[in-house]
Amino acid sequence: MLLAAEELQLLSERARLLRVGILQMLHASKSGHTGGSLSAIDIICALYFAVMRHNPQEPRWQFRDRFVLSKGHAAPALYATLAECGYFSRSSLATLRQLGSSLQGHPNSRLTPGVDATSGSLGQGLSVANGIALGLRLDENPAHTFVLLGDGELQEGQVWEAAMSAAHFQIGKVTAIVDNNGLQIDGFTKDIMNVEPLVDKWSAFGWDVEVIDGHNLTEVVAALSAKKSAAQFWGKPTAIIAKTIKGKGVSLFENKAKYHGVVPNDEELKIALKELGAE
Amino acid sequence: MAELFGIRDAYGETLVQLAGENRDIVALDADLSGSTMSKLFAQKFPERFFNMGIAEQDMVATAAGLSLAGKIAFASTFAVFAAGRAWEQIRQAVAYPQTNVKIVASHGGISVGEDGASHQMTEDIAIMRALPNMRVLVPADALEMRAIIKFAAREQGPFYIRSSRMKFPLVYQREPDFRLGKADVLREGDAVAIFATGAMVFESLQAAEALSHKGISCSVINISSLKPLAEETIIACASKVKKVVTVEEHSIIGGLGSAIAEVLSEHCPRPLQRLGVRDKFCSSGTSQSLFEHCGLTATAIVQSLS
Repeated sequence: MLLAAEELQLLSERARLLRVGILQMLHASKSGHTGGSLSAIDIICALYFAVMRHNPQEPRWQFRDRFVLSKGHAAPALYATLAECGYFSRSSLATLRQLGSSLQGHPNSRLTPGVDATSGSLGQGLSVANGIALGLRLDENPAHTFVLLGDGELQEGQVWEAAMSAAHFQIGKVTAIVDNNGLQIDGFTKDIMNVEPLVDKWSAFGWDVEVIDGHNLTEVVAALSAKKSAAQFWGKPTAIIAKTIKGKGVSLFENKAKYHGVVPNDEELKIALKELGAE
Repeated sequence: MAELFGIRDAYGETLVQLAGENRDIVALDADLSGSTMSKLFAQKFPERFFNMGIAEQDMVATAAGLSLAGKIAFASTFAVFAAGRAWEQIRQAVAYPQTNVKIVASHGGISVGEDGASHQMTEDIAIMRALPNMRVLVPADALEMRAIIKFAAREQGPFYIRSSRMKFPLVYQREPDFRLGKADVLREGDAVAIFATGAMVFESLQAAEALSHKGISCSVINISSLKPLAEETIIACASKVKKVVTVEEHSIIGGLGSAIAEVLSEHCPRPLQRLGVRDKFCSSGTSQSLFEHCGLTATAIVQSLS
């Protein structure tokens, strides 16, 4: 699907507002993951506002497309999006990570309306997504399952067990998206534990692979919606390698490992909001 | 010699029976379906069976995903790989989100035998018991295994069910009722209370019979629900006697002995003797030779109480 000019404008505006929401949330909670939330937000925004079939009035609707945030530390990006969709009120975003909040540090499907799977321990989300898709296939439910992984997360061996499984069981309705921002807590992924060549790896594991610009909303929507509409119950699963920039949208945070798990202080928030046009 | 019945066979057969009645039941295995007996399910319901290969972590999290799509997922492999290799997947994808996953772990304990310590899981009850939301069950015989599998299929949420390579003699004459927090008083006595689980229930009954001839009256209680525990029954049984013994095919750290000690030291302190694997890795050998080596036979229980 190609976005019309006004749709693109609307989606870009939403992504901008979601970035503002993420930063305000993180600033309020004084803890959380800034860089990876900002690198993932365009993808999550595109999924919920242009690709996935879902219903905020009925979070457990059986025919909804599913989304597993395997890189659970990007929870603020998911929460901001779900609130924007209307799964819960925007005002609850300020309770992120507080005792008793429905917005846990990492996603909890039992506490947060709209969260399809609990995550947080890296490496498990693709397996969970495969299981969901296998279950849906048994019921001939046409819903699609998307899963977003970090590139550092691909260092977990279980991801490759699950990559094997999806190809082996020909799970056509699973799409894995890699948020390929090239950074992890300790530094550049290529220096810590190189995961490249990603295209060759996923191909060798039996997946169709496509590389996109993970911040170009037109490209993101086109790639994800095309995969979804072409997908059959039985077929090759697809991996989308989304080239992203950690901290995208705020130059202060962009491409800096330091902001993986550090939130903006008062001064940084002010600078960031100014850059996002939300003073 | 009492007739022996396979715990694993009871699992496979019961699962097939249940799956015939409920199409939402699915099963997964990690290349050990011929040993866990999930192969019976695989043969009957191939479209609902997923052999995940030698990848226990993927198996457990995939089972969790199937449950999120409305399925009742039974995942089986050896106890050492299920509870050990995939412990964190069980924690994150099963216990924490309370997915409808039943881990059926065969080859628990030392009776695995000849494969040696690498395959003898003697810590699973400890590490499963420590997980919030996890129900930990160990059948005393094949009939109780049937009841447990039926119960777990009916009851929403996570279970860890320990199965065994070894065949057990029957403790029950017919399929017993099962409920969470169950403790069956199989024999009454007023000097010693023997709390036992799994294969050790039959051994304890044999020991109690022998001890009765020596004038030592023992009660024997089958603790098949390790978590939740039947605290009231345990306290009631302990309060009638002067000494308590626990018997398990598991480390004395964290298993039945620890669980009973936790309850009694809070509510009804009694001198307590824990019989089990004494904080060590065992060795290759036949099941029987290992039980003798670890003091887990009726004879050894009698000796420790004489």
